Amino acid sequence: MVALIGASGSGKSTLIRHIAGLILSDKGSGKIEVLGTAIQSNGVLAKGVRSHRREIGVVFQQFNLVGRLSVLTNVLMGVLGQAPSWRTWFGIFTREENQRAMKALARVGIASHAIQRSSNLSGGQQQRAAIARTIVQGAKVLLADEPIASLDPASSRKVMDNLAHVNREDGVTVIVSLHQVDYAIKYCPRTVAMREGEIVFDGPSEQLTPEFLQQIYGADSLELFSPEEQRRKAAGENAKPTPERDATDELALAYAAR
Amino acid sequence: MTTVTHRNSDIKIPSRGLKRSITSLAGWAVFFILLGWSWEGADMRPMALIDGAANMGKFASGFFPPDFTEWKMYVSEIIVTFKIALWGTALSILFAIPFGILSSENIVPWWVCQPVRRLMDTFRAINEMVFAMLFVVAVGLGPFAGVLALWIHTTGILAKLFSEAVESIDPRPIEGIRATGANALHEVIFGVIPQVLPLWISYSLYRFESNVRSATVLGIVGAGGVGMLLWEYIRGFYYAETAAVMILIIVSVSLLDLLSQRLRKMVT
Repeated sequence: MVALIGASGSGKSTLIRHIAGLILSDKGSGKIEVLGTAIQSNGVLAKGVRSHRREIGVVFQQFNLVGRLSVLTNVLMGVLGQAPSWRTWFGIFTREENQRAMKALARVGIASHAIQRSSNLSGGQQQRAAIARTIVQGAKVLLADEPIASLDPASSRKVMDNLAHVNREDGVTVIVSLHQVDYAIKYCPRTVAMREGEIVFDGPSEQLTPEFLQQIYGADSLELFSPEEQRRKAAGENAKPTPERDATDELALAYAAR
Repeated sequence: MTTVTHRNSDIKIPSRGLKRSITSLAGWAVFFILLGWSWEGADMRPMALIDGAANMGKFASGFFPPDFTEWKMYVSEIIVTFKIALWGTALSILFAIPFGILSSENIVPWWVCQPVRRLMDTFRAINEMVFAMLFVVAVGLGPFAGVLALWIHTTGILAKLFSEAVESIDPRPIEGIRATGANALHEVIFGVIPQVLPLWISYSLYRFESNVRSATVLGIVGAGGVGMLLWEYIRGFYYAETAAVMILIIVSVSLLDLLSQRLRKMVT
């Protein structure tokens, strides 16, 4: 499980959407391969990219479920790339496919909501349904684009736990972009850090000390901690205004407080 | 100190700018010139209304009392009119779905979208009465010609309305479906249609309403329904019967409007 960190606008989503073949690169800017098959090269989608997309599950920040369809139908979308089209065009899914979808929903803990409209679920539950969709898809690589950026801390933890399970139990490579370093340290052994579209760090997550982040991101590093951390830090500042302490010390304090 | 001077002298209202007032004046001038220019062509004779008042009074009194003796026949003709509208609308919905999607900019490339749109423009530009006259020649007098006329004209209208709904959808769910390895038709069936369905149903009901109104006049050119009856009565100076038919049309169209309004509120 690899974390992709960086401040907003540093190119995390762009990278993920390029890997999934959802947007095209500029002409003459190289090639993207996943699991040995080309996705796109020189700004042109590879042939048969639709069947390769099957192997790449994508989880989006805004969940990207179809709100008016049931949770179960949304999860069944995972089989569209595998089942014969003449059948799925009419919305016919076999018992076995329905069972796979229900099992996936049970794994992420929302099987009881299967027949509700997905728009009636909370954000965290919708994101877990989106993860269930990639489980049904049988993806070998899971790209998660800011999966917890619009969720509360409790839901964020559940979503990250789900991703970690998929990674550990199914042996799926999970690449998750985050802008909160604490989640990266907690869940991912390896982190890739980006700044302005460039990779500035690639290594074990333990190395991501506040001092190190300050070094690569400068003042932007403040953005990389979760809101609670920032609040705690701000509260500390107000209580004891010590002008000689600099930003790095503040981060070190916040880090220690974890 | 400025506050004191303001109390004595008026505060100047900021000017709207000479250019803006001239453009607005010019706009009104063009409008009135057009009206004047069209006076003769439209054969405007307001005096005729006054001179002919006595005639019109006599004409209007011919409508009263309405003669309902043949009401069973009138009602059955109105039902035929409904049937024409129902089939015309149903066929056009069926065709407007693919044409609507094929004329949506966010779904198909421009070289598909533009030709389909022009074709739909053609369907829409020609009134259903004109189509009805053509189909009467092609398939003979009767309701079927009316159904075909409504079908072509309404397909053009619904395709336009359907594609407008498709163009305002949220693209994110479609991306979610695309990422699973689904094909383009899957994206439309599971990503687009669920999002636009309530609007599509509402538009279709509205067009059914309008088609019932249109179908009441299609009979004038021989395309079946209550219009045929109406036309014969007017030509034969049977004004009491004409009034009865018109009252029945008004009642049934109003009832339908109320019903369809209710249904449309339910789906959206």
